[in-house]
Amino acid sequence: VKLVIGIVRPEKANDVLEALYRAEVRGVSLSRVQGHGGELDRVETYRGTTVKMGLSDKVRFEIAVSDPFVEPTIAALCEGARTGEVGDGKIFVVPLERVVRIRTAETDDLAVTPVRA
Amino acid sequence: VIDTGDTAWMLAATALVLLMTPALGLFYAGLVRERNTLNTFMMCVAALAVATVAWALIGYSLAFDEGTPIVGGLDHALLRDVTFEPREGTTIPHLLFMAFQATFCIVTVALVSGAVVERMRFGAFLVFAALWSVLVYAVLAHWAFGGGWLQEQGTLDFAGGVPVEMGSGFSALAAALVVGARKEYGRRALLPHNSVYVLLGAGLLWFGWFGFNGGSGFSTGNAGVLAFTNTLLCPASALVVWFALDLVRGGRVTAIGAATAIIVGCVGITPAAGFVSPASAMLLGAVAAVPSYAVIVWRPRTRVDETLDVLAAHGIAGLTGILFIGFFAQQSWNGVADGLLFGDAAQLGEQALAVLTAPAYAFAMTFVILRLMALVMPLRASERDEAVGMDIVQHGEEAYATGEGAILVADTA
Repeated sequence: VKLVIGIVRPEKANDVLEALYRAEVRGVSLSRVQGHGGELDRVETYRGTTVKMGLSDKVRFEIAVSDPFVEPTIAALCEGARTGEVGDGKIFVVPLERVVRIRTAETDDLAVTPVRA
Repeated sequence: VIDTGDTAWMLAATALVLLMTPALGLFYAGLVRERNTLNTFMMCVAALAVATVAWALIGYSLAFDEGTPIVGGLDHALLRDVTFEPREGTTIPHLLFMAFQATFCIVTVALVSGAVVERMRFGAFLVFAALWSVLVYAVLAHWAFGGGWLQEQGTLDFAGGVPVEMGSGFSALAAALVVGARKEYGRRALLPHNSVYVLLGAGLLWFGWFGFNGGSGFSTGNAGVLAFTNTLLCPASALVVWFALDLVRGGRVTAIGAATAIIVGCVGITPAAGFVSPASAMLLGAVAAVPSYAVIVWRPRTRVDETLDVLAAHGIAGLTGILFIGFFAQQSWNGVADGLLFGDAAQLGEQALAVLTAPAYAFAMTFVILRLMALVMPLRASERDEAVGMDIVQHGEEAYATGEGAILVADTA
């Protein structure tokens, strides 16, 4: 079981969700984060105050998947999030020591396999 | 002869109508997504800038100088001979009459922006606002108010059903067709980001509308008082009926529906305000709610991204109000003319003529203006800019900046 973390542009978050859905990846958490990854600073001006926005809004996907789903998940993230410009984001894959589904106490692969509600 | 009481009221009424434009900005800003808040509001601010200047330079003259039945002359260009002397047919200074009418032009230009928010380039909108205020608004205002052919042949329009409401509504449809739908329209839900702005904007619009309709009698006389009171009654009954329609359709009364109902009621009574009895005004609110409600439910199912439903709220409700006069005008209240139900069927024909011609002119001219503009400049932002949001891309500001990660830049100038 792996945790795939994808950090993407907020305006591409919906495209990523669609791509994940097509790849049949169902269990997803996402949060709004701010970060910096080498993209050009955005300049904003409020009256006399000019600022460089050093942090950009990003959306962070966290997706725990069984090993066969790792590659499809990465592919879906890339497909949905890529624009080709600096700032498209990163994907991190980390091993998970343990996963527990709270409702049933199932663990690991079983816990990340979606069930029909 | 100048009447000081009339002049005092018209000074206040002018200020009331001017408030309607930022109120509309708030209303519109609440209806769009967060990333387009400022750009949407700024289109209304653009109208305050561009339409006012264009009005003073030439628009007022084309609307209110005698000229021909189709368009006014140029004798009042640059506000020549617009002075403290009373405007013909009124008891207020010509200068004040001009200022009052200017506020109508401004808010009408701002209304049209509702069709193209979230994707039209700000620069292109500035050009459009200048051209539209002169080529569409001033011409329709001449037809209805400035001694043009509709007014001459007897069409009744108290406060702007022709130039303001049908003019903006049908122009909005043309603008939406030429500029095109937003990238994600029809594929994703594009929801209002702040319903409280929408309600507050609608409330402030209603407040301003007392000046809009109440001032359109240019006096504190009976017509003004009747119009003022009808501006209270008609939106109230539109609200009640809208609540009922919401209940029947979804089982719940919606807030954004209520804000829309206020606008529809105010629009409906606009042409009829000084011509129908208070009881008829309440009936008009109820009647006008139905077609506008139907168009608002139907339009998003089409491919036409007339984003903020200017056609439904203004074009259709204004059209309903104009026709309503043909049935319910009552000489015992207005001292001018009767409608069909009070013995003069011809009035309905005169109202119908306005309904057939003004929307056609507004639609066609707006279509042509934007098509010609598109030959020399892009009308809309790129797909990427649309995705990032018009606030950052067009204005370099955010509506809800937190300041996190913002680094002060020393002046490099």
